[in-house]
Amino acid sequence: MRFEAPRSVEEAVTALAGQTGAHVLAGGTDLLVKLRAEMIEPELIVDIKRIAGMRDVVAEDGGWRIGAAVSGAEMGEHAGLCADWPGVVEAVGLIGSTQVQGRATLAGNLCNASPAADSVPAMVAAGAVVRVVGPKGTRDVAVIDIPKAPGKTTLAAGEFIASVFLPARGARSGDAYLRFIPRTEMDIAVVGCGIALSLDAAGRVAAARVSLGAVGPKVMLVDAAAEAIQGRVLDEAALADLAAVCSAAATPIDDKRGTVDFRRHVSGVLARRAAVIAEARAKGEQA
Amino acid sequence: MALDDTKKTKDFKVVGTRPNRPDGIDKVTGRARFGADMVAPGMLTGRILRSPHAHARILRIDTSKAEALPGVKAVVTRADFGDVPDHVANVIDNCMAGDKALYDGHAVAAVAANSAAVARKALKLIEVEYEVLPHVTDVDAAMKPGAPVLHEGWQQETVPAGYSGNVISRVEFGHGDVEAGLAKADRVVARTYRTGATHQGYIEPHACLATMSADGQGDLWVCTQGHYMVRNVCAAILGMEQGQLRVTASEIGGGFGGKTVVFLEPVALMLAKKSGRPVKMVMSRSEVLRATGPTASTSIDVRIGMKKDGRITAAFAELRYQGGAYPGSPVDMGSMSAFAPYDLENVKTVGWDVVSNRPKAAAYRAPGAPMAAFAVESAIDELARGFGLDPLAVRLMNGAKEGTRASYGPTYPAIGLIATLEAAHTHPHWTAPLGENQGRGVACGFWFNFGGDTCVSLNVTPDGTVTVSEGNPDIGGSRASMTMMAAEELGIPYDQVRTIIADTGSLGQNEVTDGSRVTFAVGLATIEAARAAKREMCKRAAMIWGIDEEAVEWEDGAARPAGPNAGKFPPMTIKEIAAVASNTGGPIAGHHEVTAEGAGVSFGTHMVDVEVDPDTGATRILRYTVFQDAGRAVHPSYVEGQFQGGAVQGIGWALNEEYIYGEDGILQNAGFLDYRIPVASDLPMIDTVILEIPNPGHPYGVRGVGETPIVPPLAAVANAVSAAAGVRMTRLPMSPPRVLAAMQAAKG
Repeated sequence: MRFEAPRSVEEAVTALAGQTGAHVLAGGTDLLVKLRAEMIEPELIVDIKRIAGMRDVVAEDGGWRIGAAVSGAEMGEHAGLCADWPGVVEAVGLIGSTQVQGRATLAGNLCNASPAADSVPAMVAAGAVVRVVGPKGTRDVAVIDIPKAPGKTTLAAGEFIASVFLPARGARSGDAYLRFIPRTEMDIAVVGCGIALSLDAAGRVAAARVSLGAVGPKVMLVDAAAEAIQGRVLDEAALADLAAVCSAAATPIDDKRGTVDFRRHVSGVLARRAAVIAEARAKGEQA
Repeated sequence: MALDDTKKTKDFKVVGTRPNRPDGIDKVTGRARFGADMVAPGMLTGRILRSPHAHARILRIDTSKAEALPGVKAVVTRADFGDVPDHVANVIDNCMAGDKALYDGHAVAAVAANSAAVARKALKLIEVEYEVLPHVTDVDAAMKPGAPVLHEGWQQETVPAGYSGNVISRVEFGHGDVEAGLAKADRVVARTYRTGATHQGYIEPHACLATMSADGQGDLWVCTQGHYMVRNVCAAILGMEQGQLRVTASEIGGGFGGKTVVFLEPVALMLAKKSGRPVKMVMSRSEVLRATGPTASTSIDVRIGMKKDGRITAAFAELRYQGGAYPGSPVDMGSMSAFAPYDLENVKTVGWDVVSNRPKAAAYRAPGAPMAAFAVESAIDELARGFGLDPLAVRLMNGAKEGTRASYGPTYPAIGLIATLEAAHTHPHWTAPLGENQGRGVACGFWFNFGGDTCVSLNVTPDGTVTVSEGNPDIGGSRASMTMMAAEELGIPYDQVRTIIADTGSLGQNEVTDGSRVTFAVGLATIEAARAAKREMCKRAAMIWGIDEEAVEWEDGAARPAGPNAGKFPPMTIKEIAAVASNTGGPIAGHHEVTAEGAGVSFGTHMVDVEVDPDTGATRILRYTVFQDAGRAVHPSYVEGQFQGGAVQGIGWALNEEYIYGEDGILQNAGFLDYRIPVASDLPMIDTVILEIPNPGHPYGVRGVGETPIVPPLAAVANAVSAAAGVRMTRLPMSPPRVLAAMQAAKG
């Protein structure tokens, strides 16, 4: 096994080009676990942490560009990110332990391609876009289009994610992410739900994005859920409709972590609870 | 042990205090050496190939390609062990499958190689031809006629006709007339309860380092609860004399009963023998979960009759425990302990030991008792609540006391159940208000406790400090406790004594660290060894003073003339006597060998508040208090630690922990992500109340405390969840999907 730590995107792309059995290392919180469990035997590991910009959070077009090696802990201490996208910050903050937070990254969580990844539904709800680099150049891709199937992404051979862009939040907007786990931490989502919404001057939902995780082979953006609350005040009836739509949209399986019925039901419960938090944030309340 | 030998509480100077444990610094700094921390020159890495099938006949194993791989130094299969004595036949078959692989993860071959990478590659080169057989993993399914049978012809005569060959044996306990008693009841509850199989969840995986010299002398470094057991079992399997195998226990990162048997050790020794090189083996977490010894899953019918005033008229339980691929589930102890906390006129338990295609169960903290207590304490709770009675008052009314004839036979001496119930009844926790969706549960629990073979040597060094050598791995602070008891008896400070865990070449036979026996039995032997050393030192002082031995007594760390008639001599301290030992007969030591009896049964009562999320079925533990009789708490912090640890493991068992098998008989959750032991943030601080009702069988009144605290929590949590959710939960774990489904079904 070879290990390389290039100083530029170009060097990294060159190292990865045409190499079979290559793995990109950012935080390594998934990669090292797989290595130690002997699930993978890489030929090459390319550490991207030393590439300029990979550990920076930079303001851009009213939003934020987050380098692929920025850790959850760094995001949690970034005042601008916490103010604009608290749901995304909280979602990445749910990954692993305090120690893992010192390493875990948004990009890694996305590329691990687990349907239960916590930060992914939050990024999808936020409308996040990733910058992909590779042998054929650079392209920007919506987060929703990265996961392909459990453990698989749409990235081509030799490509990796260099940064994640969270767009400008907009006025009267807020986001939230909630997951259900049987314990209180150190666990994996049985259901995850991300919501980002903005309100009009009258307090009605002007726009919304609702996403679900762990209830299908990959994260889903539930357009019907957004439509269910579009133009409405989030009263009991609207929240009940939102819950019902999310429960119906979920396509879970029965497995060791939960049943189909349970996951459908909890999809609705979390959507309702997340919407209440996002609405409060949009109104500028602490939530 | 005569009662007047028992020290009074007020006399204790060291016992009952809370000094730092002698192994503490090394453990918090990472210097302590655990199983995987040992290395030897020329050491090889051993790896095991495991069955991917739940049940399969092994038609052929071809190891030739693996043996030919450069770097591979030995390959071992069951054939290498040949015939072994009957008492270890199942043990080696569990360590290395013979004709059949009996569960997912059952070892079928092993290699030793220059590196882990080569060993891994070698495993892939071993060809095993399996004939896959039908399998069964559920206890009720395994008992039915027509179920796939694991072992033809193993059924004992105690089993009546009409059961599958997987039903190995039947036990029965009790007295009185259950049916007549039930007929007198105002209400009878009859329910079936089920519990999942749980694992001890020790953090340190099994690990060992084996060497075997050309002349047949073996050495083994191993993480275990009993290195004498490891020596005896491995010697029998390998056809060695016990004296030729020296076993040294590493520090141990948890055991809870799961390290009272061997898994890797005979295989590592055989690999070392074949390769002529030291061989180290370390299990992965997945191997630990797939192929060590979890506890039994159970299915239990209970019928209990009660009068309106709370008096129990009769109690019956039928317990079915599957203990994995070989006989020996803890159903006998479940059957004996089920009704042990109660004074009952009519009581009967019937237990069935069942095999299935799961790893063979090992001991898990009070083996067999928590599941039985879950069933019984749930039924009592349901009856008490049904009559609108105080569940603690009902238990006080029916509780066992001195003179009660236990359901499993003996008549109790002084016991502490009533004291724990009274302490619970008057504790502020019992009357604290509860909020919406919250519930409170209580339950009692019992454990037998054990003594057994014990050998301790206590040596006085030339400078008058003391070393204690004992043969039980320190799993819960026992070095501190032994040090304290030796210091107490000798009348010297705690820091003047150091206790070590000696290897098997240094002491006589010592029983495994199990049955909550160590503080009791090794403590007893330590005290007696100290008394022997004191007698010797009194003898030396008498010699120096020129008076009779009988005229010298020991007090506060010094020999003194016993009275005015003995003569006027200034006291001789242990240091002064030790300094001149070479002139008075040589080194000073005391030792004691005993098969300790009189362990003293132990009772506890637990109380817990929970909140159940009505939308998700998730349970949060809000408050938890343990009340237990410790006899005498030698080191109260470690007694409290045992209470807390038992409660926490029980909470895990109650809420989330469970072996989950697929239709294919493969374990679905062989890792700590999906085998969910509680994490710190799941728990409140567990409060503890130590009761001290001295055990007449121990010089200081000590009772074992390690196991009883895992007996009540399954039921206590289930009673609390049932109260909060408004529906009786009869199946563990009470995972959120199960609780939510039960609440939805109850609503209709």
